[in-house]
Amino acid sequence: MAKVIGDIVIDIERCKGCEVCIPACPHDVIALAKNVNGKGYHYAETINDKCTGCANCAIVCPDGVITVYRVKI
Amino acid sequence: MEHTLTKEEIRQEKNLVYKKTNVMTDNILSYCPGCGHGTAHRILAEVIEEMDIQDITIGVDPVGCSVLAYNFFNLDMQQAAHGRAPALATAIKRLFPEKFVFTYQGDGDLAAIGTAETIHACNRGENITIIFINNGIYGMTGGQMAPTTLPGMKSSTSPYGRDVQMMGNPLKITELVAQLPGTCFVTRQAVHTPSTVRRAKRAIRLAFEYQSKNMGLSFIEIVSNCNSGWKMTPRQSNEWMEANMLPFYPLGDIKVPEK
Repeated sequence: MAKVIGDIVIDIERCKGCEVCIPACPHDVIALAKNVNGKGYHYAETINDKCTGCANCAIVCPDGVITVYRVKI
Repeated sequence: MEHTLTKEEIRQEKNLVYKKTNVMTDNILSYCPGCGHGTAHRILAEVIEEMDIQDITIGVDPVGCSVLAYNFFNLDMQQAAHGRAPALATAIKRLFPEKFVFTYQGDGDLAAIGTAETIHACNRGENITIIFINNGIYGMTGGQMAPTTLPGMKSSTSPYGRDVQMMGNPLKITELVAQLPGTCFVTRQAVHTPSTVRRAKRAIRLAFEYQSKNMGLSFIEIVSNCNSGWKMTPRQSNEWMEANMLPFYPLGDIKVPEK
């Protein structure tokens, strides 16, 4: 079976920390950071390598800050 | 999951699956964190990009939270007086019948002050697309009760909950316009989970396709949250919406064109 791995890039300065992406992720890859961005929001960040590039987080992100990459190995 | 690729190897242009569409500008959205407006804007922009109609699409903004939508879309936009977006869109479509015209309105704009314009545009069967964001509250002005506020729902002007004896019943304007002969496609969608966002995007795409075939007015209601107005966190508001809004405003197609 082909394995799929993915990665997301979050534009932390545009992220408003709404947490809508967190329940959307099936592999619990995203969590809020302890640090804040320039606007004072706790931004979303990846906490493990389980991302499969399903793009669910990017699809629900109201501010469109998530870019998704996926590669088959 | 173990793998050997580094993050730099994965983050290459050829592996790109999803990025923000170019039909939206780089301006930071003026909406509250977690607001459904952002998602609705983005799927609308993605549909326009996929259909390659960016330079032949004209949008009409309402008054409300989305009054600044012209800053966020890379499209020709026009700002209408409060509630009059369907009337303005009618004029634009009649002058430029080959263009795609949509209005983007909230419930205070479409279901309250603009009820007459909405119903008559739908009844005339103008060949436009109306996108209606329903969050059951007047978001921009501070969370007052709207015509779409649920019975018993608290707002700043109904602090003990909406009492239908005194304040009347909520207006299901989507069911109302589905009765009119001018509408061809009437549907209700939501944008709080990945699956609902995908379905909403498909509905918007269908609406633009029907517009290109001159089939009449398409009306898409998007049930959304208003976490600031409802005094909840974005996640709580999405859960509250699923538990309370969606039973009253059930998702799905209400009217589809005959084949």
